[in-house]
Amino acid sequence: MNSPNALRRLILQMIHTAGSGHPGGSLSLVEILIHLYWKEMNVRPDNPNWEDRDRLVLSKGHGAPALYAVLAQKGYFPLERLNGLRKFGSGLEGHPHMQSLKGLDCSTGSLGQGLGISAGLALGLKMKKSPARVFCILGDGELQEGSIWESAMSAPFEKLDNLTVIVDRNRVQLDDSVRHVMPVEPLEEKWRAFGWTVAGCDGHNDRSINEAFRTSHDGPLVIIAETVKGKGISFMENSAIWHGRAPNAEELKRAYGELQ
Amino acid sequence: MRPTRDGYVQGLLKAGEIDHRIVVIDGDVSRSTGTVKFKERFPERFINLGIAEQNMAEYSAGLALAGFMPFYSTYAVFAVGRALDQIRTSICNMNLNVRIGGAHGGTSVGPDGATHQALEDIACTRVMPNMTVLVPADANQTAQAVLASLDVNGPVYIRYGRNPVPEIYSESKPVIPGKGHLLREGRHGSLIAVGAMVAKALEAAKILASEGIQVSVADMVSIKPLDSELMDYLLAQTGIFVTAEDHQIAGGLFGAVSEYCSQKKPAKITPVGVADRFGCSGTPEEVMKSCNLTALNIVEKLRKSLTWKP
Repeated sequence: MNSPNALRRLILQMIHTAGSGHPGGSLSLVEILIHLYWKEMNVRPDNPNWEDRDRLVLSKGHGAPALYAVLAQKGYFPLERLNGLRKFGSGLEGHPHMQSLKGLDCSTGSLGQGLGISAGLALGLKMKKSPARVFCILGDGELQEGSIWESAMSAPFEKLDNLTVIVDRNRVQLDDSVRHVMPVEPLEEKWRAFGWTVAGCDGHNDRSINEAFRTSHDGPLVIIAETVKGKGISFMENSAIWHGRAPNAEELKRAYGELQ
Repeated sequence: MRPTRDGYVQGLLKAGEIDHRIVVIDGDVSRSTGTVKFKERFPERFINLGIAEQNMAEYSAGLALAGFMPFYSTYAVFAVGRALDQIRTSICNMNLNVRIGGAHGGTSVGPDGATHQALEDIACTRVMPNMTVLVPADANQTAQAVLASLDVNGPVYIRYGRNPVPEIYSESKPVIPGKGHLLREGRHGSLIAVGAMVAKALEAAKILASEGIQVSVADMVSIKPLDSELMDYLLAQTGIFVTAEDHQIAGGLFGAVSEYCSQKKPAKITPVGVADRFGCSGTPEEVMKSCNLTALNIVEKLRKSLTWKP
């Protein structure tokens, strides 16, 4: 059961029940996470700490509801636990905390740190001669953090061919459109100038996503995924209001109507 | 007289031999701090990430997630200050086995001036959950602090300096996190010190003894966890304490000792430390004198406390 609509319903239900959370940037991640967990990553939900598993670092930790829904669907923990999002003692922390939930490879939440952690992890896995790969998801607003570019500078120099970064380019951040708050474009040129192999895709089209992941690369690969913040829900799409607001019962019903 | 940074490198070389998890990360100061020696001995386990402290802390977190035990080091002002949120969120919150080496701690980097004198690093690291904080007093103790950190589960901050300091410990005297050392015993009061101020406290104790005042001298190398047994012992003696640290008075050793005593029993605790100001250029001795970090400052503070009664 990994249909995008089913996951979107779970995400919205979770955030509604929690009464807070980040629907916009969770909904933009759905197809990317489906691709990663069902087609790309070599993981064993029955042995979540398997040493040679592929790792995911969700650097934009506020997308946690999407990741939790995917991990539950993959069988890391029962689906019923999703109702505990952001609740005391549930393990489904507002931002991912790896010691609190099976299937998480890293704790995140403070933006701009996941890329450097992913690079260090990728370097360590190479030093151990592990075949494991590391995937890191960044938001486009997150690229305003200076630390991202410290890490971006280092990964090609360290020849981290086992590292793939996905930029969720949904073009909206908390306050407004990224281009109105602090422009980060042109992204392709920036990453290329830092020494990365750059690919692009429609972040809501599974074939396009898959093709981008097949791009050959000697060093680290970055995939700029064109996405829509709040994807699938007409009144949430491209809206900064829905960056961090929970739908009420009426809004949830309307959203469900659009996810049939 | 040897700088404690020599001990840090000595400890790293030993640790590299006995523990294959050890990886050393530097930020373009390896020739200054001496970690270049680790690079020469273990080139495959040394990474220079350039002048990018946030990235150093993040790589360290990633390497720890992969099962390594990274030691990242640069000048303490930057190792801690430039990467404080990385230390908090990506290292301490995940309780990772990262060791942070804070070089040029305190005023020991004299001529470089205020920008390079780390006077807030102990306070910043001490408040982080899961963090162990070690402030060794001489080169041998610094090497032992590095080795002691191998057995700690979770992050460790080790602070050391550039200025040569007197040798107090033998090479084999171990450091145990959570344990201090009682270097001298006296019935009139106690001097509690860390780092470069331990030697000055010993000097102060001698001066006081010549006046007929007998004081204990405790080296609180493990600021966190604090040695509660030793603290209780000193409290039972007199409760007249002078703390001495090459660091801001707020949040460092004075903070740790005061927090402990305030929950135990009345004590008269007087700080010798940097009083809410920045350092400046000068020889380390000149800067220490201007910051009131001398043996005579300790003597004077202790003398003034002697009349106190609980």
